[in-house]
Amino acid sequence: MSSLRPTHPKEVQEAVRSHPRLLPRGGGSKPALSTPRERQVALELIGLSGVLEYNPGEYVVVARAGTPLSELEALLKAHGQYLPFDPPFARQGATLGGTVAAGLSGPMRNRYGGVRDFILGVEFVDGLGNLVRGGGKVVKNAAGFDLPKLMVGSLGRLGVLTELAFKVFPYPKATATLEVAFPNLGEALEALYRLAASPIELYALDLVPPSRLVLRLGGLPEALSPRLERLERFLNQQGERLQGEAEEAYWEGVNDLGRLGEGYLVKVALTPRRIPTLEARLGAAPRRYMSAGHLLYLAWNEPLEALDEALRAEGLPGLVLRGVVANPRIGLNLEGPFGLKVTAALDPQGRFERYAAPN
Amino acid sequence: MTPALRELEALFPRGLLRQPGELVAYESDALTAFRARPLAVVLPESHEEVAAAVRWCQKHRIPYVARGSGTSLSGGSLPVEGGLVIGLNRMNKLLRLDPKERIAVVQPGFINLQVSLAAAPYSLYYAPDPSSQPVSTIGGNLAFNSGGAHCLKYGMTSNHVLGARVVLPDGETALLGSESLEGIGPDWLGLFVGSEGLLGIATEVTLRLLPRPEAYHTVLAAYDTLEKAGEAVAAVVASGLLPGAMEIMDSLAIEAAEAAVGAGYPREARALLIVELEGETPQVEAEARHLERVIRDSGAYEVRVAQSEAERMKIWKGRKAAFSAVGRLSPDYIVQDGVVPRSKLGQALAEIERLSERYGLRVANVFHAGDGNLHPLILYNGRVAGELERAEELAGEILKLCVALGGSITGEHGVGMEKRAYMPVMFTPADLEAMRRIRRAIDPLELANRGKMFPGSEAKPLSHGPHPLEKAGVIARE
Ligand SMILES: Cc1cc2nc3c(=O)[nH]c(=O)nc-3n(C[C@H](O)[C@H](O)[C@H](O)COP(=O)(O)OP(=O)(O)OC[C@H]3O[C@@H](n4cnc5c(N)ncnc54)[C@H](O)[C@@H]3O)c2cc1C
Repeated sequence: MSSLRPTHPKEVQEAVRSHPRLLPRGGGSKPALSTPRERQVALELIGLSGVLEYNPGEYVVVARAGTPLSELEALLKAHGQYLPFDPPFARQGATLGGTVAAGLSGPMRNRYGGVRDFILGVEFVDGLGNLVRGGGKVVKNAAGFDLPKLMVGSLGRLGVLTELAFKVFPYPKATATLEVAFPNLGEALEALYRLAASPIELYALDLVPPSRLVLRLGGLPEALSPRLERLERFLNQQGERLQGEAEEAYWEGVNDLGRLGEGYLVKVALTPRRIPTLEARLGAAPRRYMSAGHLLYLAWNEPLEALDEALRAEGLPGLVLRGVVANPRIGLNLEGPFGLKVTAALDPQGRFERYAAPN
Repeated sequence: MTPALRELEALFPRGLLRQPGELVAYESDALTAFRARPLAVVLPESHEEVAAAVRWCQKHRIPYVARGSGTSLSGGSLPVEGGLVIGLNRMNKLLRLDPKERIAVVQPGFINLQVSLAAAPYSLYYAPDPSSQPVSTIGGNLAFNSGGAHCLKYGMTSNHVLGARVVLPDGETALLGSESLEGIGPDWLGLFVGSEGLLGIATEVTLRLLPRPEAYHTVLAAYDTLEKAGEAVAAVVASGLLPGAMEIMDSLAIEAAEAAVGAGYPREARALLIVELEGETPQVEAEARHLERVIRDSGAYEVRVAQSEAERMKIWKGRKAAFSAVGRLSPDYIVQDGVVPRSKLGQALAEIERLSERYGLRVANVFHAGDGNLHPLILYNGRVAGELERAEELAGEILKLCVALGGSITGEHGVGMEKRAYMPVMFTPADLEAMRRIRRAIDPLELANRGKMFPGSEAKPLSHGPHPLEKAGVIARE
């Protein structure tokens, strides 16, 4: 299969104009989304890399879309900052563009929000080969259509991302993690709800089935122990504490979603209310609910149709990230007239993969 | 009466306004310099009635404008001459409040502040807080992606809208988003929010509620130069703190606010900085100690810390009142809404001062320093020949300045009618063409809020001034 490797947005424009079917590809960390299908030319974007603007005092960073997360995160870390949506697969080569196109956030999105809440600006090549910019490079902006948000989860269907601007925040000066085991799912969920409605500010609020909560606190070091104690009092029980390097390593492990288990790797968007019935359908599949039950990543070893059916029965949409699939979109069908028209506006000739709507 | 109007009357037997006296109130929004007489106003009471109104417009090719409370500062809800106004004030119900899932589902005419009031018994609140929140609607906030004083940390309206049921310009219904904070597929809802009424009318909106912070720590610092206040903001940011709000007022604004509400501000200060920390008590207490050091080193000559909720409210009262107070210093004024990178705040303010001198017009500054969102208030007298034109020219210079410094022409008030001529300063023809293609794909006849956001033929302003509700002291602008 042929592939192209542009190093400048102009070359992306040329590539789009001269190929009827293209699939953009970043670091390849989500192969279900970046493996070219029949007649598609792979457009490798890792050549379009590098941070373009970063002034830590602005809380804004601008980079080319093919920039590896790990490179950007190292730079931010050196200035005590981070991407608060906590994108996964940093060490597996994920790029900024792939993260936005797949619409992926990680456990720490619980504190300040997901990728849609931190994307400020975008430059992309649309299906006609035009270079288009939307949004801006300042933390607040209301001019024009919000094209940056539109691109979140777009899977390369609306254009090839070439440049992205994000809001960044200071990384907490200290963090600590508390793991709490509950007798059953019901009690774990009740604690999850109570925590999410409380003023306790958790960087991560994960549910690890069957009934464990993993909570991450962050802030000033001098306030951390009293806050951990308050947290345990709030829960009426002690937990297992993780701090220091072991704690960092633990979350680094979680960041590599691939470690969840073998098979398909799937993202599901949901609300905690769905968890009890969904749990009954998922069997032994390794999984982790993040951000107070709004985000599920799971590994799936059965036929994908079974998961597709389970999600549809629950009215939930899913996205396959790893595994060989004809269509990575499973579960609830989110296609509607609005989306189809916007897609046709940006890619009238159908150069980009739209993926048939799940039935 | 034409057959088309008879049809409309049949659709809205109880909700059609046609008499000139009834239409006057809808002729303009808070950008009072622009007026246009609509053909009629309809007041739908359901999603189906909104769809019927939109289909009627489609059938008869009549442009229309959705309208909430009409507080847009950029002419967003200005009618199209001879078009239809779809007033959403009767669709003002709270449909569902689910404290456990922390969501509220409201009709578009529901008032922003009412969301937080309804959620308060559960210690929850709705974060976006435009100063117009006692009157502006969720539908208007959604269309304009409205902001407030807490955007750096919490984002804008878009970050708090989870889902919407909308009537598209062809009269069809679309459901965008869901109740989850996460999504799969392109973020259609993200595109819809902030589209200024050009892509459809929201009839049901799902909002996300947040737990109320446990503790606040509010500091008021006085400086003898505006520059020092700006540098203090940079120092707070550099220290790694993330305050919920950072606001600056200049001497003209201080003087006016004092005269209006007697907030007890140091009157002789050249600049006041308000910094507010919020969060868990032990964390806020620890942050307060760091903040104290930063502010002490920033050259503030007087620092006050609110010792009670009453003192905190007093500090905010002056800030919230500042705009309408400054407005009282002058018969007319224009509020601008440009954004600059925070590191360019000092430069922008100095430049605005120079422009103010050059144009011979006073400019007061009250702004969201944390996110670089300026609100220069240009004072002028519309009865003096040429002053309005000078004020508008000055406003335009400020917008160009913001873009040249790497910022934006609008942080939260939207493009509307007022700033559409400046869109090409910020965006290339290709950018605008792509946006326009999206618009036409959704609305080929460009009926929905025709004449807004995109550069086109310019309407002539009459004069600027306070919104009637500001005159009545109900709301203040930020
Ligand atoms: C004193 C004052 C202070 C203000 N302070 C702030 C502030 O701090 N921050 C800020 O961001 N703004 C502020 N504003 C601006 C204004 O209040 C906001 O833009 C607000 O969101 C408008 O709400 P509204 O209900 O009045 O909408 P309207 O003015 O009636 O409409 C605004 C736009 O929304 C569209 N629209 C309305 N309802 C819908 C719907 N259901 N579906 C689709 N489109 C719709 C209209 O067509 C129009 O384009 C202020 C205004 C005033 C007068």
